[in-house]
Amino acid sequence: MSTLVDAAPAATTATPRRSRLTAAKRRQYGAAYALVLPFFVIFVAMVIVPLVYAGYLSLYKTRLIGGTSFVGLQNYADALKDPLFLSGVGRMAIFLVVQVPIMIALALFFALALDSGMMKLAKFSRLAIFVPYAVPGVVATLMWGYLYGPDFGPFAQITTALGLPPPLFFTQNGMLFSIMNIVNWEFIGYNMIIIYAALRSLPSELYEAARVDGASEPRVAWSIKIPAVRPALLLTVIFSVIGTFQLFNEPKLMYTLAPNVIGTAYTPNLYAYNVAFVNQDANYAAVLAFLLGIVIMIVSYIVQLSSQRVERRS
Amino acid sequence: MSDAIPGSHRPAVVAAEGFPVLVQSGHEAAQAQRRPARKPRSWLLTVFMLICVGYFLFPLFWLVVASTKSNDDLFSSFGLWFANFNLLENIQTVLTLQDGVFIRWALNSLIYAVVSAVGASFLATAAGYAFAKYRFPGGTALFSITLGAIMIPLAALTVPTYLLFAKAGLTDTYWAIILPSLATPFGVFLMRVYAADAVDDALIEAGRVDGVGELRIFFTIALRLLLPGSVTVLLFTLVATWNNYFLPLIMLNSADKFPLPVGLAQWQSAAGAGGGAQALFSTVITGSLLAIIPLVIAFLFLQRYWQSGLATGGVKA
Repeated sequence: MSTLVDAAPAATTATPRRSRLTAAKRRQYGAAYALVLPFFVIFVAMVIVPLVYAGYLSLYKTRLIGGTSFVGLQNYADALKDPLFLSGVGRMAIFLVVQVPIMIALALFFALALDSGMMKLAKFSRLAIFVPYAVPGVVATLMWGYLYGPDFGPFAQITTALGLPPPLFFTQNGMLFSIMNIVNWEFIGYNMIIIYAALRSLPSELYEAARVDGASEPRVAWSIKIPAVRPALLLTVIFSVIGTFQLFNEPKLMYTLAPNVIGTAYTPNLYAYNVAFVNQDANYAAVLAFLLGIVIMIVSYIVQLSSQRVERRS
Repeated sequence: MSDAIPGSHRPAVVAAEGFPVLVQSGHEAAQAQRRPARKPRSWLLTVFMLICVGYFLFPLFWLVVASTKSNDDLFSSFGLWFANFNLLENIQTVLTLQDGVFIRWALNSLIYAVVSAVGASFLATAAGYAFAKYRFPGGTALFSITLGAIMIPLAALTVPTYLLFAKAGLTDTYWAIILPSLATPFGVFLMRVYAADAVDDALIEAGRVDGVGELRIFFTIALRLLLPGSVTVLLFTLVATWNNYFLPLIMLNSADKFPLPVGLAQWQSAAGAGGGAQALFSTVITGSLLAIIPLVIAFLFLQRYWQSGLATGGVKA
């Protein structure tokens, strides 16, 4: 904030010609600050202050005997050796490598199919694919949980009728894929709409010539449209990275269906929640939240960098 | 964190350049012109897409079917087809269980979502407009901080926010949900990009020549032009708050302050715990159906805003 105070007098000490503008300029500065201020009051109170407070908490440790004491970065060192935290991050890394590419690829394919003008019922399809985004994550997980479930889920009913063993949705290995499916169902449409909106705003001259020359629609899509919407793709990937590492609703609700598989630390966010509210250890929860934020920033940064490299090469 | 700020500053500048293209695309008429209907239709593609559409609709179909069944029929009949029609009884149970707490949850959800969305959208519109239309000391730095904050996972802030709110006595109040939902850095980014082209500089200049005050220019001239962008931010926040589970789960204790997701999740864990509570399965399912109907309907009607708004952020982000 000090830059604001410092910079204003600097402007007034400039050349005489400029100082004549000062009255109008000042009014404009005043208006700009007045317009920005309400947002920044909330922003500082709800983002910056909690962030700083979490940083402060993370440097302390509360023991049952001896009370709270300053431990420096010891908590971070502990967290980086904590198998529960690391296994959660590892699980999310698998999620990132498997689920996000499937989601973005399908979203891109659907967007291209809708944009190609080659299919009937395009508007209906677009709405139907997008509609799960309107369903709260809790309800989506409840629905899929019942669908997967052994009690009255249709999949279990079918396998039982056919005399097959029950489906493996809630097993140690199956659970991650069950959750991936829920997340895909919820967010493919959302990502599709982002990409589709970008495709619709491309000027048609960009590919009409290629079409006149007889290029097939898949060829036009691959060579012209996909490179042109790369910024939108980058946006969807970065949002997916942020979303993946914050996964909470799905494992939290799946816990009631398969407590032994989910446990307390299935995702880093679920772990932080349990540390804060079950173990009542606010300091360690702050450390986990901070580390999670750092992991997300690093991965997002890598995604941006690698995308810039691809852009430069082409 | 400081690394992320210069890195994420770049996209916004490019986004502002890419915006003019998109203003045209917002109009359906322009789109229709640009796509002559001489393309060959592909049946293969249509059939494949409809199969995929089936995947997206089938859980919702199941939900509709399951809400028409009594709890016993859920277990004894095939899940994907109807049995005895019990929907009205189920709805009655949902609305009257625990002294009609479901209606209270729905009302809470509505209050949280509408107040947060209107507030967040207004704050983002004012700030985005200021960033787009004024060059002022510290403006670039403040905008960079805002952009950097898009990367901060909100869930990571929730636990420290809870601890601060606990000290201030704000937990288990409506403010505990509304205040954190008001800060939308992404909304400010969208509105800056939108305002850059939606409000003509000449219009502002004309207002100044006529002696209209800066803030009056914003409220009487600019705000109207910014409305479509504001509606998009409003919708984003509305959906995010309506669907939010993590924040209210942490902040709220009293059942009469719960929004729908927290309430339904509580019913579900009661139903899952089995025993005498098992009759609740049909109630949870019917409650879920009732909970999604308003937003699904709103979506179908407001679809246009999603697309144009998302284009703002996505075209050249």
